[in-house]
Amino acid sequence: MKTLPYKKVVSAIRQMCIEAACNLPNDVLSKIKDAYREEPFPRAKMILEQLITNCQIGSSSNIPICQDTGFAVFFVSMGTDVCISDDKTIIEAINEGTRQGYKDGFLRASIVSDPLFSRTNTFDNTPALVHVEPVKGDTCTITLLPKGGGCENMSFLRMLKPSDGKDGVVKFVTDSVIDSGGNPCPPVIVGVGIGGTSDKAANLAKKALLREAGSLNPDPLYAKLEKEILTTINQSGVGPLGLGGKTTALAVHIEHFPCHIASLPVAVSLNCHSARKTVISL
Amino acid sequence: MNSISLTTPLGKDEIKRLKIGDMVYLSGSVYTARDAAHKRLCALIEAGKTLPLDLKSQVIYYCGPTPPTPQRAIGSAGPTTSSRMDRYTPLLLKNSGLSAMIGKGNRSSQVVKSIVECGAVYFSATGGAGALLSQHIKSAKVLLYEDLGPEAIHELSVENFPLIVAIDSTGRNLFTEGPSEYKKLIGQ
Repeated sequence: MKTLPYKKVVSAIRQMCIEAACNLPNDVLSKIKDAYREEPFPRAKMILEQLITNCQIGSSSNIPICQDTGFAVFFVSMGTDVCISDDKTIIEAINEGTRQGYKDGFLRASIVSDPLFSRTNTFDNTPALVHVEPVKGDTCTITLLPKGGGCENMSFLRMLKPSDGKDGVVKFVTDSVIDSGGNPCPPVIVGVGIGGTSDKAANLAKKALLREAGSLNPDPLYAKLEKEILTTINQSGVGPLGLGGKTTALAVHIEHFPCHIASLPVAVSLNCHSARKTVISL
Repeated sequence: MNSISLTTPLGKDEIKRLKIGDMVYLSGSVYTARDAAHKRLCALIEAGKTLPLDLKSQVIYYCGPTPPTPQRAIGSAGPTTSSRMDRYTPLLLKNSGLSAMIGKGNRSSQVVKSIVECGAVYFSATGGAGALLSQHIKSAKVLLYEDLGPEAIHELSVENFPLIVAIDSTGRNLFTEGPSEYKKLIGQ
């Protein structure tokens, strides 16, 4: 059994929060640069240029690239041979690291303690949202996806009929992105979860956003579907900010899971162009 | 693309000459207000009370900035989704003399109708470009509702803040016309 010191995990999480806010991962930035080169519409080109400059300012001046530093969503692959010291759980360590990171990094506190009645800000961006999956071995891999509210509000779930098939999936996903217009800060990365139950599909759609931008599903049938949906979305003309242009989506990522004979659940989770994430292994 | 420099407060004539697609570089004071601040302002209007700030000919920016560091006036400060304010906007426009709003994304048909009725304008700033936009903010102070944290009303002093006219005072809408204009360009 390997014991991870609680303080070490807290400090790593704190650092992840600050880094994610100020630096766009290279895979996403390079997709935006490709889009800028290929964009024929002057207004869209100008907006994409602003996005590239924005990232340069963020990383060189250590200022968050977007004021919405997000709900801190963590995906943890926890080795079965790992435990946390001081009788703490991984969730406690992540919450303390998030609290410190958002305060010390001057990141925005965007969480209210009660969703409906008091809606009082917790002022430290906690609680974080933590998904833990056990894996064999003695390493703990943690991915942080700071998820902005604007794009998260453009999330959709539809329980399609099996007879709706591939065409039903394409229509639902493309309509979701096109109807969202400028709200989720296009060009977006589109996460799609197909199969499982309603909750599983939503989780898969979010997990799909963790993949390297533009990487293809290893199953050729799903990879082909990803390309088809991306092409259809980018024919819409919605464009950056929803003000017209070639680039509405940077990538479409599909994750799938077995499902019930009666069902075809499909979930869509959009990520804005500010598709931030950080990963560490402890 | 037409390029226009404006300074707040914005008079009716200045607003009338703005057309969708124009680039505007705004200087002067703007006031941040998001969901929670709008809810409070509109509750005051509905109760027949006076607003705690004079919004006549002023500009509201839908923005909840990150906190300032010791070295900066403000943190990251891009626009938030405007449609969440749609429920409040017609009431606020009619009762405050507000001239303009800055946000991102399309507005409801009721909002477009009141923009036309009140001779106002809706600007789009670049969503997600909070670091770049913060460079155009010279000073910031919390004016009202400090308990709301990032949702408090801040008074910002901006310089050449880059905007695009998204809905003009005649009701033309770049969220519908922009994509059509692009399709025409590529011959679709």
